[in-house]
Amino acid sequence: MLVLLPLPLALRSDFWLHFAIMTLYGALLGQAWNLLGGYGGQRSFGHAAFFGTGAYAAAVLQLRLGINPWLCLPLAALSGAAAAGVVGALSFRYGLRGSYFALATLAFAEVFRIVADSISLTGAGDGLQIPLHPSALNFQFTGRAGFFWTLWLMTALAMALAWWIENSRFGAELVAVRENEDAARALGVDPFRIKLLAALLSGALSGLAGAFYVQYFLYLDPRLAYGLEVSVTALLVPLIGGAGTVLGPLIGALTLRALDQLASAVTGDAPGLNLVFYGALLIAILAFVPDGLVSLGRRVRLRRAHA
Amino acid sequence: MLEIAGVSKRFGGLLAVDAASLTAERGAITGLIGPNGAGKTTLFAIIAGFLEPDQGSIRFEGEEIVGIPPHRLARRGLVRTFQIMQPFQGLTVRENIAVGCHLRLPNRAAALAGAEAVARRVGMEALLDQPAATLTIAGRKRLELARALATDPKLLLLDEVMAGLTPTEIAELLPVIEAIRAGGTTILMIEHVMAAVMSLAEQVYVLSDGRVIAAGPPADIVADPLVIEAYLGHGAAERLQRQQMGEVAGA
Repeated sequence: MLVLLPLPLALRSDFWLHFAIMTLYGALLGQAWNLLGGYGGQRSFGHAAFFGTGAYAAAVLQLRLGINPWLCLPLAALSGAAAAGVVGALSFRYGLRGSYFALATLAFAEVFRIVADSISLTGAGDGLQIPLHPSALNFQFTGRAGFFWTLWLMTALAMALAWWIENSRFGAELVAVRENEDAARALGVDPFRIKLLAALLSGALSGLAGAFYVQYFLYLDPRLAYGLEVSVTALLVPLIGGAGTVLGPLIGALTLRALDQLASAVTGDAPGLNLVFYGALLIAILAFVPDGLVSLGRRVRLRRAHA
Repeated sequence: MLEIAGVSKRFGGLLAVDAASLTAERGAITGLIGPNGAGKTTLFAIIAGFLEPDQGSIRFEGEEIVGIPPHRLARRGLVRTFQIMQPFQGLTVRENIAVGCHLRLPNRAAALAGAEAVARRVGMEALLDQPAATLTIAGRKRLELARALATDPKLLLLDEVMAGLTPTEIAELLPVIEAIRAGGTTILMIEHVMAAVMSLAEQVYVLSDGRVIAAGPPADIVADPLVIEAYLGHGAAERLQRQQMGEVAGA
């Protein structure tokens, strides 16, 4: 991650800087999913519910209450966490696991989208436009470098969180719940509490990603906030890169972004076509490297050790 | 340490546990035996908080514990193992045991170090870095034991830790369990391997069709006609006795 820090100085072209930003953005969203889905094994199909709530919190708070966009960041994280807390508490209380949990989260995201589509607070179907006031104090940088560094910091925070999970009691208990919930209970782990905590962290990071999205594009509507594309990105990124690892989401985001770019270069901007590529890639990954791309590095090392 | 009084559990039309009562004395090893399907594992699940009994009372260290969830009981020092081993498949032996250690040790490094100490107690130190998924049956049984032991329990419920082991492996495990008791942990064990029950337990309860049909020192239990009938069928005790008499008369 540190290597990436001076990237804006090296990259003269706006195109590549945008590419780098979108990669980090994918990595942040993917890492958010990874905390709950990768380490905790609670695979959500509706992370848009948390992302969108964070995004709307950031947009609505600055538009309607005039709160400074920087201050909106932590508030968006809190909102994302709150949404995840509600969805998580309901799902985990009733013991939803596996595909049932995935379906429940998907349904929640859809409900949120329909609500955002119909109430005036969120601008309904017209969406919300953030007025252009370029100033670093206003979280609207004149160049892309400022966005890059801000996002770099958020992604680094997310990765630090993943690293902490790998080296703490909370993480050990979270992984234990993923591997075998009954055995974990017998050893004194409260699965409900652990899963809920993971959901809160995951929701907070998703909300943060949502707030960044709003500042970067200055526009939000129900489909962008709560659409399936966000949920799919959030889960594809870590699955491709390697779920339950610190580096997986970053590698997955880079792969996905590169593929996306390639797809639009080859086929033009046909809407929805990128999803076809996503699907094909996911099938290939699950068939040949089910533990994600990071496991390739491990395999090579093992082979060398054996040779 | 543990007093169970009149505990019953019904699954639909099946009365799995029928007014069972038993006591596990502090510092002792108490055995629980019985034919397959007698309700032993169900009773364990009830004691450890995984199932709620329909009736009856369970007192642990003098306090009623019915309705308390498993993780809270584990914190209070009541920990079970599983007859069908439930390792954390994707983790190494060390990481598996460390989950148990974390119950008392918040620090990650301390828990991992604690896992090594526990592994030595059960003779698994050579396997510490192996993934749990690659362990043999005997290895998994030991891992069940090690993980439970890592929580530093006051009362350990062992569900058939000897089942499926070779005689050599059983002989190796007996002193391990004896040492756990010597370390101050009370043990209640379900066991089919009679040699293990005979050499370890002070007191044995026999469960058949959900009911406690006999209780006493192991030597008395194996001679009890009711127990023999529970295992070998109605009239078996009488037949056995006649056979023995016949042999004596013939000799």
